[in-house]
Amino acid sequence: MGSGVHGMEGGGVEESLAELRQTFRSGKTRTASWRKSQLKALLRLIHENEDKIFEALKHDLGKHAVEAYRDELGVVEKSANNSLSCLDEWMAPKKSKLPWLFFPASAQVLPEPLGLVLILSSWNFPISMALDPVIGAISAGNSVVLKPSEQAPACSYLLAHTIPLYLDSKAIKVIEGGKEISQQLLEQKWDKIFFTGSSSVARIVMSAAAKHLTPVTLELGGKCPVIYDHLSSPSDTEVAVKRIVGGKWGPCNGQACIGVDYVLVEEKYASQMIEMLKKTIKKFYGENPKQLQNISRIVNEHHFQRLRNLIKDPLVADSIVHGGSIDEENLFIEPTILLDPPLDADIMTEEIFGPLLPIITLKNIEESIEFINSRPKPLALYAFTKNEAFKRRILSETSSGSVTFNDIMVQFLCDTLPFGGVGQSGFGSYHGKYSFDNFSHEKAVLQRYFILELEPRFPPWNDFKLNFIRLAYKFDYLGLMLLLLGLRRD
Amino acid sequence: MAEDSETKKVFDAEAAASLMKDLRGSYASGRTRSYEWRVAQLKNMMKIVDDHEQDILDAIRADLCKPDQEAYIAEISIMKSSCMRALGELHRWMKPEKVKTSVTTFPSSAEIVSEPLGVVLIIGAWNFPLLLSLDPAIGAIAAGNAVVLKPSELCPATSSLIAKLVGKYLDSSCVRVVEGAVAETSALLEQKWDKIFFTGSGRVGRIVLAAAAKHLTPVTLELGGKCPVVVDSDINLPVAINRIAGGKWTSNNGQACIAPDYLITTKDFAPKLIDALKHQLEAWYGKDPLESKDLAHIVNSHHFDRLLKLLDDDKVSGKIIHGGQRDKANLKFAPTILLDVPEDSLIMGEEIFGPLLPIFTPGKRFVPTVGPLFQTGSLFRRQNNNVDKLEECFDMIISRGKPLAAYLFTNNKKLKKKFVKTVSAGGLVINDTVLHFAEKTLPFGGVGESGMGSYHGKFSYDNFSHRKSVLYKGFAGDASARYPPYSDRKLKFLKALLSGSVIGVILALIGWS
Repeated sequence: MGSGVHGMEGGGVEESLAELRQTFRSGKTRTASWRKSQLKALLRLIHENEDKIFEALKHDLGKHAVEAYRDELGVVEKSANNSLSCLDEWMAPKKSKLPWLFFPASAQVLPEPLGLVLILSSWNFPISMALDPVIGAISAGNSVVLKPSEQAPACSYLLAHTIPLYLDSKAIKVIEGGKEISQQLLEQKWDKIFFTGSSSVARIVMSAAAKHLTPVTLELGGKCPVIYDHLSSPSDTEVAVKRIVGGKWGPCNGQACIGVDYVLVEEKYASQMIEMLKKTIKKFYGENPKQLQNISRIVNEHHFQRLRNLIKDPLVADSIVHGGSIDEENLFIEPTILLDPPLDADIMTEEIFGPLLPIITLKNIEESIEFINSRPKPLALYAFTKNEAFKRRILSETSSGSVTFNDIMVQFLCDTLPFGGVGQSGFGSYHGKYSFDNFSHEKAVLQRYFILELEPRFPPWNDFKLNFIRLAYKFDYLGLMLLLLGLRRD
Repeated sequence: MAEDSETKKVFDAEAAASLMKDLRGSYASGRTRSYEWRVAQLKNMMKIVDDHEQDILDAIRADLCKPDQEAYIAEISIMKSSCMRALGELHRWMKPEKVKTSVTTFPSSAEIVSEPLGVVLIIGAWNFPLLLSLDPAIGAIAAGNAVVLKPSELCPATSSLIAKLVGKYLDSSCVRVVEGAVAETSALLEQKWDKIFFTGSGRVGRIVLAAAAKHLTPVTLELGGKCPVVVDSDINLPVAINRIAGGKWTSNNGQACIAPDYLITTKDFAPKLIDALKHQLEAWYGKDPLESKDLAHIVNSHHFDRLLKLLDDDKVSGKIIHGGQRDKANLKFAPTILLDVPEDSLIMGEEIFGPLLPIFTPGKRFVPTVGPLFQTGSLFRRQNNNVDKLEECFDMIISRGKPLAAYLFTNNKKLKKKFVKTVSAGGLVINDTVLHFAEKTLPFGGVGESGMGSYHGKFSYDNFSHRKSVLYKGFAGDASARYPPYSDRKLKFLKALLSGSVIGVILALIGWS
């Protein structure tokens, strides 16, 4: 009771929400001191439970501690610290400059919390995808319900039982559960819903939100391509390949929304690239495919079968040039490279979200632009190139959530860049101040005074007033002066 | 509802799909992206308003009997100033925004590049039929999109004029108008848009959002709500009355999303305020407002009947203290003031969107309309002074859902502060009404039931853009700590790197060697 953890009953959900709304109405969550206290408490939660978190991640996804820190705990700590140091600045009203016509007046934009927000997080980064948006919601002064993914059960359990020990459980609650609980939650009226996951579930979330006119942010995915232009320097090539391997199999073994999905390379460089990829895979993950080190496993049986089916098609299987072995019992699929699988096969039409890497060859690397444009807009686009003109073309002729040149995934760590999708990869963004803004309403406030009234604003209408308005909208102050003087002469 | 447009072909699902195909082809050609194209379109938008001012005023008058000056102020002037601002600022808006990077991604540089979303749909409203179709289009075109406009069918003359002028002046390979009503709008909504911008009611807003959800299309909804005006006694009454009456009755006779919906003042001050209001109304509209040429008409008989129903409600019929005259045949409705109607009456249950102004005086019991979820313990506090009484009515305002705008007239700093802090609305104005609409540096949009997203000025440009993050990295400085095989040392280094502490990183590196 009062632990902030709720099970399946509808009554339980509604009661919790009533309490959260009450807390929000009391104004408690709006003070800077409350918000900072929560952020500090969150940092303590991470520090004091580091081992437990590592253990839960190992249990759910087989993540190594370094990967877990780099992609989850580190991200959350960084985010909380950034919010703490910037919060006062973010909360301050922003003054607007007004034209003389409005004199005397002052205007500002004041950020205020939206109210009660729902955060639905994903299973692949079950700690950071849950807590990073929570940091944004708290920084902006909202009450929060977090529904962690049931597909990462140890992490969900850990969050549900640890958060109430550190954070204000009258304002922040974790509700565990699967589809049924999600449905119950989606029937409620929220002031904002923040969803990370697949586009099929996103449609359900957005349709539910539509009934209540609830704004949503959708952080989805897509097939994130790597454009691999030939690099003349061998050391650059080595770095590029390391980054591609690290960016494909490093984050949750390919199960990442901004992870590498496939690579585009010119025909003549493909085999060299593949050789380097193979070498690097061995170096990072070990020689024995059955005992891969330092790599996460596939999250569950359902996704394992999904991935297995992607390479079942004989034409696809034929294109495998490295790996391909599977271990169903341990939910392992070896890092697998494919060379030119059929473009209409599922592996090239659906987001892979796993350790399979298609290499698609082109006659000329510039064709990659058209290739990418003929497919839905991805969350991230990566390009390894030193050709400045090509970079400019990629930037202006393709569309994606983000573009990173000569590296993979690191854009995620840059707090000054908005992180979010476009088109099928989602809408809305967060990280840094964008998180704060995401969960805020920017309220315009115009302050006027009683002196100096502009009579022409009001009826009865006449030609003088019409002329005045014409000049006023052009900010033609001289004209206005002359008009006024002209009237006085009459 | 209104009839189908008079074009020969019916605009059905097939026509919508074909339209979409055309526009996607045009957009894919890259035409709309250049600065030159955008500027040419914006200049031509300006020409539409400059060269056809009289045609526009005639059409709006035909549709709404809006006085020319009112239409000029509220629609034409704002259009012109929007165009001018976009033309003047576009160069700056289109520039990438450089941002700082930290040691975590060292060495790197980063920027945010704005790009158009693609093919966007703008659904206009009937009350400002020119402005609410073309003003969003200014933002969409400035941002480099291809655009489909669907003006309101409730204003057929304006809709048809927009179709004609847009067809004549703008690039019809990329900007098109579809006229029509429910059937045509539904056909359009089935398509996959890159953005939908809707101005109208919450009921239709839900339909639009549900249709958009199928395609994961982002949406801006400019809706409405019951915009309250709170009036303190310690003010310059003549100026306040001008502004309140102006905001209410010169905005399309109350049929405006940011027009004052209802008014709250103290019991003591109410008689003086009401008297001043009555005098002002008579000065503006004469003894018989139905004869005045300066008052806009109700848009159609459906809305006229809706307003009648609000007045004919048993609970309020005895509360009318001014006005109430109406002429259904000519869709004329006089400015009407009511005093202390019951809070559960129809007129207080929905957005009025008309010339009826209920006035409330605290001292009565205010019961929140939303049940136990909103507890207002302060209601039963003993009232000491006027300001306290007015402060308490903020709860009444909050309990009715967040409106698009809220207004307060006062010189009392404490009241102002409390109002700004407590009342959530799209926008707030102190000591005036509706004016924030004209100020382009302020985002104009709702929150909660009054909508989502905002526009005007650069906010319009951003509304129809995707702000794409771009990170430039070199090949130097590759930290092996990123890669497997993982180790405790690498963990230490990563901790330092992610903390953003340069010293931490150096120490970790030293510890390494």
